[in-house]
Amino acid sequence: MTTTSLPGANAQAEVPLKRRLRRAERTRQVKALALVLPLLLFLLFTFAGPIAGMLWRAVEDWEVRQVLPQTTAALASWDGKDLPDEKAYAALASDILAARAAGTVPIAAKRLNYALNGFRTILTSTARNLKAVPEPGTAKETLGKINPAWRERATWTTIKDASGPITGFYLLAALDLTRNADGAIVAAPPDQAIYRDIFLRTFLISLGVTALCLILGFPVAYLLATLPPGRSNLLMIFVLLPFWTSLLVRTCAWIVLLQSKGVVNDSLHWLGIIDAPLRLIYNRFGVCVAMTHVLLPFMILPLYSSMKAISPAYMRAAASLGAPPLTAFLRIYLPQTLPGIGAGSLLVFILALGYYITPALVGGAADQMISYFIALYTTETANWGLASALGAVLLLATVLLALVYGKLVQGQQVTGGMKN
Amino acid sequence: MSDNSSLRTPSQRIAWTATIVVSTLVFIFLIAPILAIMPLSFSSSAYLTYPLPGFSLRWYDDFITSPRWMNSLKNSMIIGVASTLLSMVLGTMAALGLAQWKSRFKPLVLAFVLSPVVVPGVITAVGLYFFFAPIGLTGSYLGLILAHTALATPFVVITVGATLQSFDTNLARAAASLGASPLEAFRRVILPLILPGLASGALFAFATSFDEVVIVLFMAGPEQRTLPREMFSGIRENISPTITAAAVILTTISVILLATLEALRRRNERLKGSGG
Repeated sequence: MTTTSLPGANAQAEVPLKRRLRRAERTRQVKALALVLPLLLFLLFTFAGPIAGMLWRAVEDWEVRQVLPQTTAALASWDGKDLPDEKAYAALASDILAARAAGTVPIAAKRLNYALNGFRTILTSTARNLKAVPEPGTAKETLGKINPAWRERATWTTIKDASGPITGFYLLAALDLTRNADGAIVAAPPDQAIYRDIFLRTFLISLGVTALCLILGFPVAYLLATLPPGRSNLLMIFVLLPFWTSLLVRTCAWIVLLQSKGVVNDSLHWLGIIDAPLRLIYNRFGVCVAMTHVLLPFMILPLYSSMKAISPAYMRAAASLGAPPLTAFLRIYLPQTLPGIGAGSLLVFILALGYYITPALVGGAADQMISYFIALYTTETANWGLASALGAVLLLATVLLALVYGKLVQGQQVTGGMKN
Repeated sequence: MSDNSSLRTPSQRIAWTATIVVSTLVFIFLIAPILAIMPLSFSSSAYLTYPLPGFSLRWYDDFITSPRWMNSLKNSMIIGVASTLLSMVLGTMAALGLAQWKSRFKPLVLAFVLSPVVVPGVITAVGLYFFFAPIGLTGSYLGLILAHTALATPFVVITVGATLQSFDTNLARAAASLGASPLEAFRRVILPLILPGLASGALFAFATSFDEVVIVLFMAGPEQRTLPREMFSGIRENISPTITAAAVILTTISVILLATLEALRRRNERLKGSGG
């Protein structure tokens, strides 16, 4: 080889090296992804899948479609202006007879009763009194005789609205809305319109608890961040011990303290402050106290880490420039704690929104939050569509707030609220 | 107070005193309930009131001899240990992978992995209830272990991930250059160094499962009731002092977990040096 060919040889050797590097990097990335993949698949099965299933249940509408298939098909072309034609009546009669034989009438009756109160009676009485398939051309008359409700347009629009395969019914109901006979979205009847109040209550309790946590947590976080490390580590136990103590233990402790013959009432009585025991639990007061106790560490820890990062030099500089302590605090210190305040408040608020156990144990009937109703409709009344729709609304609120939280703590240490 | 030498004006001293007074009250608020419940478990009376009429271990005896309570303790242990092991494997692998993975989708994947912590328990529980019932996973240990693993793994990813952030990747390269296979490098170089992070991840995972009750409420059959689940129904029905004994046992376990975690943290800080 001659020396003149060397630069060319060099260039040729460089390309494969670059490619090799790229390939090695790619292999590394594939390996990295392969390490994450098992967890992603696992969470797909144990978390994302189930939640997607719940969201689907909030909109799926299969009962009427399955139990009354011919009616559903006959109503598909009905414009909803007048009563449906004889064909739809005949289809309904035949569906009802088939459903009675199969024992599926209650499934459709339950679904239709959600949409129109009293529909259960209409359907079951019709199923009971319909003796045989009506003669051709007389189905309308026969059904109308058994139950006059079949002569009303609203009865039929209810069936048509509920004939699936998907429905906005439960989601609307979760927001106290419904569709009227003309398909317009209107306010739900007052006896069914309870969910806005429940959401509002959930929101207000969460807001109150967040405010209490902030008021109580701020001085504590300030103290912990200002004291020398030895002492603040010792005092940190007062925050971490409750944080690590079981939720059930803490809730139980508050019941013991606040009950009518509990420590607090006894002490107040002994001190002569009260004559009769105060009602401190199984009401809003008890819920707020117990929830604040449970969530306070989630406020103190992020506040503490944001305050820990503030250099005392700023306050000294403010003082040396002539700012009175209060001004220095309000204009120099407080603004720097704002990310901590925001993160802590959002975290507490998000956690409070979904609370179930504490209100269920120390709240009265008027203090139950949205989670309680989701649980109730799932396990007690088996109104799964409504449970899922309420869950979807709660999930949406949580996800939106979590996105804000994510933006807020971006750049801060992820473990800010988690110690270690 | 004397340690705060920068306090010069009277108003600063007042503010500082106020901070101490308020903080002390909050500390009392935080700790008093937990302390107040403990002596009651040693009371000879069936009423949960002070003053205690006498000392007795009858409620602990009640706890230990009750098949219901002992079964729940056993279940908590089985489910806690199993989901800790599973979440350690999945979470550590994922944390190692995420530390090396470079992609603009990484924040999205991380958010997804961490989301079980944020989503309200009831939503996860209802979703799992619908999803697991048709495949026979409700009323089974496996179903609960899988569900608790999903809740616990984010904590493992966070703690192990935090440890990996301070881990010097040159050490792994050095091991490779000295001829170690990737598995050997992991076992003999990486693992010992991230072990404290793994241990705190495991403690978090165990604590998460051990304290979880909403999913258990929805998914456990009578056979799988855990300690918190048993306490939940106990509190609902009537608060017998046996619950206070259970509470003391649960709190003792929490204190042991917390102390272990603190010891790990101190050891870690010592290893990192005073600067860490």
